Amino acid sequence: MDIITIVLVIFVAFLAGMEGILDQFQFHQPIVACTLIGLAAGNPMQGLLLGGTLQLIALGWMNIGAAVAPDAALASIASAILVVYYGAGISEGIALAIPLAIAGQVLTIFVRTITVGIAHAADKKATEGSFKAVEFYHIGALMLQGLRIAIPAAIILSVPPEFVTDALNAIPAWLTGGLAVAGGMIVAVGYAMVINMMATPKLWLFFALGFALSAIGELNLIAMGIIGVVLALLYLQFAPEFNQGGGGGGGSSSNGDPLDDILNDY
Amino acid sequence: MAEENKNKYRLTKKDRLHVFWRSQFLQASWNFERMQNIGWAYAMIPALKKLYTTKEDRALALKRHLEFFNTHPYLAAPVLGVTLTLEEEKAGGEDIDNAAIQGVKIGMMGPLAGVGDPIFWGTIRPVLGAFAASLALSGSWLGPIIFFLAWNIIRMAFLWYSQELGYVQGGNITQNLAGGLMQKLTQGASVLGMFILGVLVPRWTNMNFPLVLSRVDVAENEMVNFGAISEAANEGVLSGDMLRNVVHEIQSGMSIDPVQVTTLQNTLDDLIPGLAPLLLTLACIWLLRRKVSPITIIAGLFVIGTLAYVAGILG
Repeated sequence: MDIITIVLVIFVAFLAGMEGILDQFQFHQPIVACTLIGLAAGNPMQGLLLGGTLQLIALGWMNIGAAVAPDAALASIASAILVVYYGAGISEGIALAIPLAIAGQVLTIFVRTITVGIAHAADKKATEGSFKAVEFYHIGALMLQGLRIAIPAAIILSVPPEFVTDALNAIPAWLTGGLAVAGGMIVAVGYAMVINMMATPKLWLFFALGFALSAIGELNLIAMGIIGVVLALLYLQFAPEFNQGGGGGGGSSSNGDPLDDILNDY
Repeated sequence: MAEENKNKYRLTKKDRLHVFWRSQFLQASWNFERMQNIGWAYAMIPALKKLYTTKEDRALALKRHLEFFNTHPYLAAPVLGVTLTLEEEKAGGEDIDNAAIQGVKIGMMGPLAGVGDPIFWGTIRPVLGAFAASLALSGSWLGPIIFFLAWNIIRMAFLWYSQELGYVQGGNITQNLAGGLMQKLTQGASVLGMFILGVLVPRWTNMNFPLVLSRVDVAENEMVNFGAISEAANEGVLSGDMLRNVVHEIQSGMSIDPVQVTTLQNTLDDLIPGLAPLLLTLACIWLLRRKVSPITIIAGLFVIGTLAYVAGILG
């Protein structure tokens, strides 16, 4: 592997690590991260396919409040390097992604704890009114989050290829087959996490409708998206809690403005 | 004179754009003690720099904005907008104390986090991610490109416009966002999200039960007669009509194999396609509600999947 490839891969890993905490541009999402690693290491199609598969698994991985989710950044970057550069199969990549996600989670919890110290250092500088120092500490913490992924990526890259290939070949066929089967099922955990967050008794109706319609293969996801948007708009028009006459929140102060009444009606 | 004083403490659009750009780094130094506190101060700095010029004022302003703060990273934008207005007024000489600014921040962050999570993490990202993944799995580069562009356009537009809304509307915005408009958006997004999830669960969860339940010999007259075709081909009398006839027979549902094999999967599909994935998903939800961690469930599925594969139940 030439030096440019190594630099590019580590750069992508650094970006993914920063995004793992920022959660803005989404460089840490598998579909972006694996594709970029694929491009950097010269095997883009493998990266794309791994990214698509991992994305489905990671659909429900989200940081809510102070809870830390399984880490998509390390899972995507490290398994993409193994698949794209060391030639592991996609199903092996997925199986390896799970322990990697847990390792990444541990690492980010570690960095988030160290950052408490950084916050105190920033406090001290703040009493001097120094904007520069506060900015410095803030960006410094971001760099730590980037290194959290870049360093493991560099370690994986520094392992001799024969070693990794031998290790992958040593995996028996029954395990590879079993992992592929399991890989097809763990997508359900991601769906369950999202559903668990959103589901209210009323909303289960829409889940049931989607389930029934999914059997019609001619309806692709764009068509399904259109149906879903129409359902959402109809729901907002007809659900009692979004209509003044309904039994929603009640007690609205009628001041003649219908929109305001709707807004007050919760 | 008073007018001039007022202009001095007005944030320009450029200042606000600066704050918007920095607000994207809100979580960079997320820590377990005060969470987004430094990130918040970092985003406010362009404004504070303009509004306060003495070292003492700056120190006080920084201290004020290094307090605990945590919300959904995108829903911090309207709070920033409101706080910018408050800081403008404070710097312009109005009597606004630290507690008031703190109160606005804390008062807004809770309800706003509650609407941001289902909209952005619960609906837009899974729906967009699922759509992009389906493109990627068919080998299309549009998958990652659409995901990245669509997400960032939506996100940046939301950050900027909700910050501006907060800046213009001041404190009123909390009621609008947490109360009315956002409630509608959350509900609408959840309807779309739940519908799409209903579609995805059976389509993209791969479970195949190859276990053979029955083998039935197919009667001669219900089977496509391939013997006659190969004979005709060997004798060189194969005609287009014969091939056409075969295709018609296949299309009309005649069997190709002499033995009809029914697997467990066939039987399940006759009931309703996607039954097993549905049950699996419901089981996962049940476990999650009993506080079993997702990673434990995933590890469990690996064990079950491997055992079932070895036993020949799943394949």
